[in-house]
Amino acid sequence: MLRRRVIPCLDVKDGRVVKGTRFVELVDEGDPPELAARYAAEGADELVFLDISAAPEGRGTLLDIVERTARRAFIPLTVGGGVRSVDDMRDVLRAGADKVSLNTAAVADPDLIRRCAARFGRQAVVVAIDARRQPAGDGWEVVVTGGREPTGLGAVAWAERAVELGAGELLVTSIDRDGTRSGYDTALLRAISDRVHVPLIASGGAAGPADFVAAIRDGGADAVLAASIFHRRIHSIAAVKEAMAAAGLSVRLAPGAAA
Amino acid sequence: MTAGARHDDRPRFAVVDYGAGNLVSIEQALTRVGANVAIATEPSDLEGADALIVPGVGAAAPAMARLSAAGLDDPIRSWIDGGRPFLGICLGLQLLFDGSDEDGAVTLGAIPGRTVRLVDPPTLPHIGWNQVERVRDHPSFAGVDPDADFYFVHSYAGVPAGPDAEQTILARTGHGSSFVSAVARANVLGVQFHPERSGANGLRFLANVVGLVRADALLGGPRAATVPA
Repeated sequence: MLRRRVIPCLDVKDGRVVKGTRFVELVDEGDPPELAARYAAEGADELVFLDISAAPEGRGTLLDIVERTARRAFIPLTVGGGVRSVDDMRDVLRAGADKVSLNTAAVADPDLIRRCAARFGRQAVVVAIDARRQPAGDGWEVVVTGGREPTGLGAVAWAERAVELGAGELLVTSIDRDGTRSGYDTALLRAISDRVHVPLIASGGAAGPADFVAAIRDGGADAVLAASIFHRRIHSIAAVKEAMAAAGLSVRLAPGAAA
Repeated sequence: MTAGARHDDRPRFAVVDYGAGNLVSIEQALTRVGANVAIATEPSDLEGADALIVPGVGAAAPAMARLSAAGLDDPIRSWIDGGRPFLGICLGLQLLFDGSDEDGAVTLGAIPGRTVRLVDPPTLPHIGWNQVERVRDHPSFAGVDPDADFYFVHSYAGVPAGPDAEQTILARTGHGSSFVSAVARANVLGVQFHPERSGANGLRFLANVVGLVRADALLGGPRAATVPA
């Protein structure tokens, strides 16, 4: 039976792991390959790197980090941030990533999803959707550029379109909840999981094991992603998985993935 | 399991690079378990290799086109026909069959059968950790717990056909209807999961493969030679 995945997310800026609240107020949390190896050893099912470097020269640094991580952590790695072309995606995969996540660039150029899927297969294409709840309580709007720019796109409609174009997986972040530790937006997750059949990764707002269970049970997510609660050792991955197993979810209770 | 000795007694593994994604992981994982790894981009790169690995993710038709453009398709067929040790991973397993329903590609034809879409999957692609239920023993899984999880990322899987189909199947995995997640036939081994991304279990599997190649006993031992082609 397919296991529910627990995925630590490492936001990388200029070669360091950072984590902010709502994509701002960044705090340095460590060396990416070092943290990645620690998470692999603790039983992380995958890793996600999101490059939030503003400067283009951050790219070389990122590829170096990806390669150093792939040499140490023998679990899957998804890399997002700044991928704007099939060639960008090729470079990231060649450095040792297994999947690439497309966000702002896919909103600007939806056909990019199709081109990347045609070249590398849809299983390698994750579309990341940052969603903000509409003030009127009427659905969610897609926002881009690190959550700063509204797009006018409905999050559910964009999710369906992205899957039609070739997304093999969706990473859905509630911008309202991100970094707040107030729980995932399970209504957002459910609205999307009811409409698509690709795996859905829940992101934004995790505070503890009960939130992971809710994202899967109530939100229909296949995987749960979190950052600060792992970086700051508020919860260990093993403890989260044990709690998920105790709640009746199928998880991989690893004896310790080699790192 | 890491070999202490790093001399010329390491078995030489050629990993085929045909632009189908991440090679760092498989190269590193094999090196970690004692193989001498070289990336092969053209036929002459296969010379001197003890074992051949075709990794890869994605669709069959562009993969076959790139193998063909690099002049590697026929050498790979000859390698397999010659009974030499071969491991196909994910797409590299699917390419062993006659063809793929994904895009109608004609593939290597080393194992009778076709690659078809997963049947009744709750989600597609099938992404994540799942169990590999062995239907017979094989030395490549020695020491791997029967319930061990391996990492998958795919939407299609091979279905062996012909009189030897059942003997070819090594393991199955459930995601909707169960699919064939490992095959072994003569000196050819194929796995739908990614051992290089499956943590300690995957390294164990690869260490077994390296050990079998080192002992010149891949992949099925003395019986291998008697399995009809």
